[in-house]
Amino acid sequence: MSYTFQFADIWAARFDLLWGTWLTVRLSAMAMALSLAFAVVGAFLRLVGPKPVQWLITAYVEAIRNTPFLVQIYIIYFGMPSIGIRLNPNSAALAAMVLNGSAYAIEILRAGIESVARGQLEAAQALGLNRAQTFRDIILPQALRNVLPPLESQFILLLLASSVVSAIAANELTAVAHHVSSETYRSFEAYFTAAVIYVLLTLLFSVAFALINRLAFGKLDRK
Amino acid sequence: MIRDFASADVTFLLLATRWTILLAVVSFFGGSVLGLLIALMRVSSSAVLRWIAMLVIRVNQGMPLLLQLFIVFFGADMIGLPMTPFMAAVIALSINAGAFLGDIWRGAIQSVPRGQTEAARALGLGYVARMRDIVIPQAVRIAVPPTVGFMVHHIKSTSLAAIIGFVELTRAGHLINATVFEPFLVFGIVAGIYFLLCWPLTVASRRLELRLAQPYRR
Repeated sequence: MSYTFQFADIWAARFDLLWGTWLTVRLSAMAMALSLAFAVVGAFLRLVGPKPVQWLITAYVEAIRNTPFLVQIYIIYFGMPSIGIRLNPNSAALAAMVLNGSAYAIEILRAGIESVARGQLEAAQALGLNRAQTFRDIILPQALRNVLPPLESQFILLLLASSVVSAIAANELTAVAHHVSSETYRSFEAYFTAAVIYVLLTLLFSVAFALINRLAFGKLDRK
Repeated sequence: MIRDFASADVTFLLLATRWTILLAVVSFFGGSVLGLLIALMRVSSSAVLRWIAMLVIRVNQGMPLLLQLFIVFFGADMIGLPMTPFMAAVIALSINAGAFLGDIWRGAIQSVPRGQTEAARALGLGYVARMRDIVIPQAVRIAVPPTVGFMVHHIKSTSLAAIIGFVELTRAGHLINATVFEPFLVFGIVAGIYFLLCWPLTVASRRLELRLAQPYRR
């Protein structure tokens, strides 16, 4: 038990770690934005699409939610080249994160849509709005507001899950920490530093979400 | 192609599934013990205990499980403790599950009306009797659906042990794929096995939740 902690090697690799952090943030933010966009379409189709489409979306959501993210990454990273689509690790990582994130976001949006009072729907029908208008102008804005807290947790989970893409050598924060660790033999220090960065990132995003909530929905609260 | 995918490979995957299940069960048990402790600390009357429990939960939920695995696995090695991938996985998964379960169960305990605790106290019951006989039995009812839901998450989490080299289901699939190069087939089967493990729990969690909500439905 005579181990002395030395962070000098970690400090020397600070720019690599920062670059990895930046990639983690970019991957997570892009994955979340794309997931949300897909999920809005998915949730809409699941609600009003033809029956086979509804079943297909439900099957997709259930399949993703009941299998590990790492296996999904492997299927994309190893599977895509076998059907002729070459992906570099970072694109494969993004694809896997979007595939995974969309399923969870669809489920969250569904819950949000179901939480919108029935009277809203009936009122929209009474006013003669069609289905698309009702969804876009009445249901979606209220649903989005209800789902902001679960979306925030989902985003943080996605941020943390992004560390798993280091398994396919995408060079985000965890992969950089792994690299620093194997080059300097300062494993504990490298992983500890990365862990601290992740905790800081999640705190930062919580604050950012609180701001978004204020900006987007603050007006509704003041009434 | 070095060789074709054979039925022996399916057997290999199924045998590896036992390790996934063992890892999930052992670390879920460890996590339950820890989770109960954290939940009780979180609702205790001592501010210090509450604060420590909250810190554990916060740090755990803000840190990727993979890094916790790395820290336990490589960190223990550094300070000279012998550590196998299985042990590291059990420890990291237990701590992680402990923090999540602690948070879930705290909510369940707090949802038991205060009057119950006060009545128990008025009857002269001590802390242990109050918790064991009055509060926890009522909290369990509320805690079961989210706990079953968390089991799904937990089973999926065990796949990360593959990255530190423990040959459970995901790692086994990775090894087989490296020799047969049939990623869709191999990982499709792997995903299918996980699905069969997780799906019943997902359905059970949903049913239990509905049943719990029944009395409050109009």
